[in-house]
Amino acid sequence: MNTPAIANGTIQIVYLISAALFILSLKWMSSPRSARRGVWAGELGMLLAICATLLYRGIVDYTWIAIALVLGTIIGIPLGNVQMTAVPQRTALSHAFGALCVSLVGTAEYYLRAPHVPAFMMAVLSMEVILGSLTFTGSLMAAGKLQEILPQRPITYKGQNIVNLSLLAIAVAVAVALVINPGHTRLFPLMIAIPLVFGVMMIVPIGGADMPTVISLLNSYAGLSAAAMGFVLDSKLLIVAGALDGSSGFILSVIMSKAMNRSFTNVLFGAFGQVQTSAAGIQEARTVRGATAEEAAAILGAANSVVIVPGYGMAVAQAQHKVREFYDALTRRGIDVRFAIHPVAGRMPGHMNVLLAEADIPYDKLLDMDAINPEFPQTDVALIIGANDVTNPAARTDPGSPIYGMPILDVDKAKTVMVIKRGMSPGFAGIDNQLYYLDKTLMLFGDAKAFVGDLLRELAGESGG
Amino acid sequence: MGQIDNLYIFILAAFVGFEVIRRVSPLLHTPLMSLTNALDAIAVVGAIILAGEHKTTLATALGALAIVAATSNVVGGFIITDRMLKMFKSSKPKKP
Repeated sequence: MNTPAIANGTIQIVYLISAALFILSLKWMSSPRSARRGVWAGELGMLLAICATLLYRGIVDYTWIAIALVLGTIIGIPLGNVQMTAVPQRTALSHAFGALCVSLVGTAEYYLRAPHVPAFMMAVLSMEVILGSLTFTGSLMAAGKLQEILPQRPITYKGQNIVNLSLLAIAVAVAVALVINPGHTRLFPLMIAIPLVFGVMMIVPIGGADMPTVISLLNSYAGLSAAAMGFVLDSKLLIVAGALDGSSGFILSVIMSKAMNRSFTNVLFGAFGQVQTSAAGIQEARTVRGATAEEAAAILGAANSVVIVPGYGMAVAQAQHKVREFYDALTRRGIDVRFAIHPVAGRMPGHMNVLLAEADIPYDKLLDMDAINPEFPQTDVALIIGANDVTNPAARTDPGSPIYGMPILDVDKAKTVMVIKRGMSPGFAGIDNQLYYLDKTLMLFGDAKAFVGDLLRELAGESGG
Repeated sequence: MGQIDNLYIFILAAFVGFEVIRRVSPLLHTPLMSLTNALDAIAVVGAIILAGEHKTTLATALGALAIVAATSNVVGGFIITDRMLKMFKSSKPKKP
């Protein structure tokens, strides 16, 4: 077939332009004003690279390429149009797809080249396949937990860490054997199978609260495996893209771990749900103050500044649009309303901001923890909707608490605290929240969406009559 | 010594990544992740060559599957990132 092939050097130059566009794309993500331009730069870079590759001289047949591109597009379109609450599981699924691609290419490259694979090449190829395989099943498991197909509770058993580490050690041993003698083609399937199992075992003990960290970590692995693939294929563009993705995932994992006051190893090797029993025992008959929507609305209506603290409970109750109406109602009265976003609010980094932006709440009213914490002492009302552990003052004051040291939103410094909550059940960490027993705290028991609706009605009635 | 060059590129790109991504506002961490995921799917170029060179049936089949997986990330990743970013609006009027 006579294809309009272009010179290899030209393709390399196009790849170089693509790499530059990718870096610009991430740079423009720094602010919401320029972020969409960032997406366009990324799209342009991708388009250029794919077109240049299609003109590569070595391609002898386009049939399968065309079919696969069309099929991938057909799968990709619905994945790009999921609901915003489903973005975390979609992201986990896309990490799985990325890792699948990398593992498949790695496998094909091995069988094409074996037994003549230089040691360095075999080492990066092993890294590509091991990281790719464990990220594939790990991400599928994470997606399953987030979609609630799989149980979200951490599942633990005795000796779990020993089993997991042994699996990983065996996979590495197989890789070493292959580096020493790449001709052992029979060993290669083991190097895929063991990490596949490890990926499952790695996510089994991880609970819902740790999902933001785990997704970030899987993001990092997916990036590193792609970079390893770049070494195997000697593709500098892929190395750059993989390194960018890997460092992005790594930074986000660090931010998430810090926000939960935990180390990577702690997330991976110690299921969080374990510690609950010790703290639950201390609970005596302490009293909480309840309030009706009418009483709460009267206080809110008289306030000058209100900070709303949303948690994942708000998204589960689909309350963000009611919250938007509530925000409008208060703002119309001249009340300053802002939102305090904890780094781990939601199911993945930044998830809460997306949910609130979807409800048309202006992004300059969404403040992260460091920006809002100094503001709480001057705040009249802190209204907590569906957040729990991230507001627990025990993290500051009680060294015996399992969440001690975790950075929290200092809502207890506000003049009045209101908590919309279904009942007194504890949050993810399984511990009691001391905030609920403070004198300044009013508990507003009910469904988030319904209660915010009640508050709205009371506010409207008050101003109307 | 091509692989040494590649190691240099990897290290430098990782540093660029750290510096650039550190500056991304926490507001945009979710779209950041879906964007980097889409960019990561540039792995599709390797899969295209693999499927197109037709060296063995196995390589072609694995390459084609890999194209499907990566393309769905490219398409889905860019669509959802743009959908999310479109929703972020400021309460202040836009500067020209």
